[in-house]
Amino acid sequence: MHGDRQVNKVFTRIFAIFWKDVLTELRTKEFVVSVLVFALLVLVIFSFAFGARTETTELVAPGILWVALTFGGVLGFNRIFAVEKENSRLEGLMLCPVDRAVIYWGKLAGSFTFMLVVAVVLTPIFLALFNLPLFLPRLALIIVLATLGFAAVGTLFSAVAINTRARDIMLPILFLPVVVPVIVAAVKATASVLADKPWSDMLTWLQIMIAFDIIYLVVATLVFEFVVEE
Amino acid sequence: MNGGKRLRDSILFGLGLALMMAALYMVFIYVPTEKNAGIVQRIFYFHVPVAWVAFLAFFITFIFSILYLWKRVTKWDAIAHASAEIGVLFTTLVLITGPIWAKPAWGIWWTWDARLTTSLVLWLIYVAYLLVRSFATESARGARYGAVVGIVGFIDVPVVFIAVSLWRTQHPTAIIFEGGLTTPMLMTLVVCVVAFTVLYVLLTIQSANLKAMQANIERLRNIYLE
Repeated sequence: MHGDRQVNKVFTRIFAIFWKDVLTELRTKEFVVSVLVFALLVLVIFSFAFGARTETTELVAPGILWVALTFGGVLGFNRIFAVEKENSRLEGLMLCPVDRAVIYWGKLAGSFTFMLVVAVVLTPIFLALFNLPLFLPRLALIIVLATLGFAAVGTLFSAVAINTRARDIMLPILFLPVVVPVIVAAVKATASVLADKPWSDMLTWLQIMIAFDIIYLVVATLVFEFVVEE
Repeated sequence: MNGGKRLRDSILFGLGLALMMAALYMVFIYVPTEKNAGIVQRIFYFHVPVAWVAFLAFFITFIFSILYLWKRVTKWDAIAHASAEIGVLFTTLVLITGPIWAKPAWGIWWTWDARLTTSLVLWLIYVAYLLVRSFATESARGARYGAVVGIVGFIDVPVVFIAVSLWRTQHPTAIIFEGGLTTPMLMTLVVCVVAFTVLYVLLTIQSANLKAMQANIERLRNIYLE
C-alpha cells in the first residue's frame, strides 16, 4: 500500500512538471508552431534538392521525412531547457523538492508530446505531397518509437547545451551522432512501409528502435542529475 | 613529480621506443609481402593497432567518466579527458590510413561498411565530447558534461554498429583475411599492437598529468587571487 502511494507520488510530480510545460505551450504555441514550420520548410527544400518526382518517391521520400523530423527535433529540443533559462526558471525548477530524475521525466514527457504533435501534423502533409496513401498505422508506430528515442537523448543534451557557449550549435553536435541508429532504423522501416512490404521486413528496425529507447531512457535517467547539479 | 613516477615514465618511454623500432623492422623487413594483396597490405600493421588503441582509449574514457561522476577525483577526470583526446587522434589516423589502404585494395576511398561508418560516427561523438568540454562555461561543469557524453557516447557504439551492419550488409572483411594470417604476419601484428598500446599508455599518462596540473593551478588561483 505504502509502495503504491510512493509510485503515485512520483507520477503526480512528473505530471505536474509536464502540465506546466503543456500550459505554457498552449498559451504561447512556441514549440509546435516554430518546429512545424521549420520541418515543413526542410521537407520542401529537400524535395527541390533531390528533384523529387513520382519515379523517385520510394528512394528519397523516407529520407526526406526523417531529415525534416530530425532537424525539426534539434530546433525543438533546444527550446526545452532554453525557455527555463529566462527569469531564472531553471533555479525554481531545481528547487522543487523532487528527485532530479523526476524533473527529467517531466521535461521528457513535454518534449516527446510536442514532437509527436509536430509529427502527427507533418506526416499527412508529407504523404499528400508525395501522393502516398494517407492511412498508415505502421508508420505511426515507427514515428512513436523514433520520437521517443529522439526525445530521450534530446532532453538530456538540451540540459547540457544551455550551460555552454554557442548553445544553439552545441545541441546538434551532441545530438546527431548519438541518434544515428534511430535515423537509420526509422528511414529503413519507413521505406519498408511505403513499399507495402510485410511486417517481418521492418521487425528488425523496430527492435533496434525499442532497444535504443530503453537504453537511453535508463542511461539518461541515471546521468541527468550530474548535468543539473548546481 | 616524484622519483618513482619519473622512473616508471622512463621505463615506459624506453620500452615504447624499443617496441616501435622492432615494429618498424618487422613491418618493413621481416614480414613477407602478402601474395595477393601486394605491398600495400603492410599498412595493415599500422591500421589495425591504431584502430585498437582508438577503441581502447574510448573505453578508458568511459570507465574513468563513470569513476569521476561517482567519486569526483580530479585526476580521474584528467585521465578520461586525455584518453578521449588521444582516442580522437587515433580515430583520425584510422580514418586516414583506411582510405589509403582501401583505394588500392578495393578501388574506392570509402564504403559505407559497418566498421568504417561506426568509426566515423565514433569520431563525431568524441569530437563533440572535446567541444562540449571547451565550450562549457566553467571547467567543473565541463568535466561533468564531458563525463556524461563519455558515458552516453560509448554506450551508443554497439547500437550504431548493429544498425549500420544491417543497413549495409556487404562486408569486405573476407578480403583482408583471405587465406588467414601466417605466423610471421601474426607476430608482426602482435608486436605492433603492443607497441601502439605502450605508446597510448605513455601519451595518456603525460597528458593526464598535464591536465591535473592545470586543474590544480586553476584551483590555487581561485583560492589565492580571488
